[in-house]
Amino acid sequence: MGSSATSTKQAPQFESWGRYPKMQADVVPLHWTTDFPLPQAPPTKVLPVGLGRSYGDVCLLDHGTLLETSGMDRLLHFDAATGVLRCETGVSLQQILDFAVPRGFFLPVTPGTKYVTVGGAIANDIHGKNHHVAGAFGRHVLRFELVRSDGSRFVCSPVENPEWFAATIGGMGLTGLMTWAEIRLRPIVSRKIQYRGEKFHGIEEFFGLSQVATSEYTVAWIDCVSTGRSFARGIFMQGDHAPEPAPLTKSKEPRLTFPIELPAIALNRWSMAAFNSLYFHKQVGKQKTASIDYEPFFYPLDAVLHWNRMYGRKGLLQFQNVIPFESGREGMIEILKAITKSGLASFLAVIKFFGEVPSVGMMSFPKPGVMLALDFPIRKDVSFDLVERLAKITLEHGGRMYSAKDARMTAEQFQAFYPQWQDFARYVDPGFDSAFWQRVTGRRPLDG
Amino acid sequence: MARAAGAPRRVLALGATSAIAEATLRLMAEQGASFFLVARNAAKLEAVSADLLTRGAAQVSGEVADLDDTAGHPALLARAVAALGGIDVALIAHGVLGIQAEAERDYATAEAVLRTNFLSAVSLVTWLANYFEGEPRAWRGEVEGQGVDALTATNIPHPRKRRGERRGTIAVISSVAGDRGRKSNYVYGASKGGLNVFLDGVRNRIDRAGVQVLTIKPGFVATPMTAHLAKSALFASPAVVARHILNAIDRGKDIAYAPPFWGLIMLVVRSIPGRIFKRLNL
Repeated sequence: MGSSATSTKQAPQFESWGRYPKMQADVVPLHWTTDFPLPQAPPTKVLPVGLGRSYGDVCLLDHGTLLETSGMDRLLHFDAATGVLRCETGVSLQQILDFAVPRGFFLPVTPGTKYVTVGGAIANDIHGKNHHVAGAFGRHVLRFELVRSDGSRFVCSPVENPEWFAATIGGMGLTGLMTWAEIRLRPIVSRKIQYRGEKFHGIEEFFGLSQVATSEYTVAWIDCVSTGRSFARGIFMQGDHAPEPAPLTKSKEPRLTFPIELPAIALNRWSMAAFNSLYFHKQVGKQKTASIDYEPFFYPLDAVLHWNRMYGRKGLLQFQNVIPFESGREGMIEILKAITKSGLASFLAVIKFFGEVPSVGMMSFPKPGVMLALDFPIRKDVSFDLVERLAKITLEHGGRMYSAKDARMTAEQFQAFYPQWQDFARYVDPGFDSAFWQRVTGRRPLDG
Repeated sequence: MARAAGAPRRVLALGATSAIAEATLRLMAEQGASFFLVARNAAKLEAVSADLLTRGAAQVSGEVADLDDTAGHPALLARAVAALGGIDVALIAHGVLGIQAEAERDYATAEAVLRTNFLSAVSLVTWLANYFEGEPRAWRGEVEGQGVDALTATNIPHPRKRRGERRGTIAVISSVAGDRGRKSNYVYGASKGGLNVFLDGVRNRIDRAGVQVLTIKPGFVATPMTAHLAKSALFASPAVVARHILNAIDRGKDIAYAPPFWGLIMLVVRSIPGRIFKRLNL
């Protein structure tokens, strides 16, 4: 309880999940929807941020003002007949599940972590394992209130201010601050997921399994380290909400926290290769079916808080792209070859088909095709070159990368991936900015 | 009226938009409680009300009031009693941190902190203690103003104690800062320290009437009140503190450090001899 515990603050550092790049900014917590605009206009531009599960710099603003929204966490109304929930945008998906699951409802779309705010989910138009059936998150948002830095507040929906609705979904927080939103939840009768896992070897087999899969949720884990016979082996996972009613209880809170930052040497191609081998062989038979709780099916990593510390202080890079079906096979094979050639290992590589359900947001990432997402440790001279190479391959095959995961796209690449960016720019609030937006509009160079 | 066993709680929250209060009220809403909420800001009150109703509150009403206005307290409490049909838990959660440096320079600033944190709480607890104890003299025109007329006019019977029954709870959010005066925040600390002594006395008086008087002593909590302070590992979230508060209410405790480890910290802090304490930078 020394004076350091009660000193007035230097800016606490807000980090993205990749913990790269690192930037200093003032963090202003918002607790009430009336807290913005701020009583005194800040000297810098602002950016709303949530729980910092984006990677890269989409939730950073160097020497700017971050509006930290997780204090705006009130539920405002729930209609048990329609499943429509109105809540403040700082509410996390985890808080929604705690509220909704005991009442027989689930999220319409969920990403791989539940520690994401509603605002973040909309601003990045997140997607989940059911994209091929349900589309992305924005499709399930009915309306929200947007507040601009000049104080104007208006409701956005497909019929009210529809251009603002489309610009803000996937708009990376740049069009203004969303204060509350209405989302339509979907009914469930059980916590259980009927799960099926099937081993595959190679991209061909993955494509075959994806094309015939009938489950609501599908995703494949893929080995990006092994070469030769084990190249592109993986496990294709399918799931559906169990139809038999079972007790709808609240989840328990995670008890494990990754306690320290590992030294960079800990994650290398040999340790990752060993992990991959174990993970692949964990499923003993070629096929496995089970009834499992939804937590490990949807949120395997949430069981260990701060797992990103495993990558050490330098942090990690995420690469996520989608390549249209027409060039999906060749594109993905080229990408996987480039990764194994680099010697950089990733043990959180997932691959999935995106479906035809159109995205609502102007700048949304998902489009029909094959999606790949993976993490790399940051190794000087290797990691940045690899991401550069993968970005080029993506461009050559008519694909695009995901802003929410990115730290390395050049302005040229971004503008080629999203030619509608100039249309979108008209909706960006003059008082808002982000390090990502500065980079991809050519106002800030790539570091390193 | 006393609460029937198993019936949901009727909760009066003064300072209902405080972060710790909100978190505590949420837990009670999930149990189906009814609420009367008092705060200074109508928009914030509405947001909290919507949240509590969505989470399962049986009923939410309330009013905008500045609790510095002690003369208005009796009428305010009478309206709360009328709206809820009786009070099971009164949670007093309003307060200001004040700016120590300014309070040192200027007595008026210090007085404002003492008025909000100490005097207004003393006033509320005085009336509430009398209400729960069922002491008729409080209602009988011994204080001027419309307050008492309003109380007698509502015709709510006084709670009658049955053997072993808890007639009600007065829960007040104080602070560890009241345990010992420290140079960094002694005006705030004094407002809470005085409050702690007052609550001890009230507790001693009305315990035999089956009324719980709970002094809640949070340590560092991450709320708008402390937003300007650098956070350390000692900071708890309002949700964690709320669980300890509800636990303490349910268990009939007298004093609750929240989280409990602060009890040990303050034991040490209180034990440090004066000549050493004076040299510390606390």
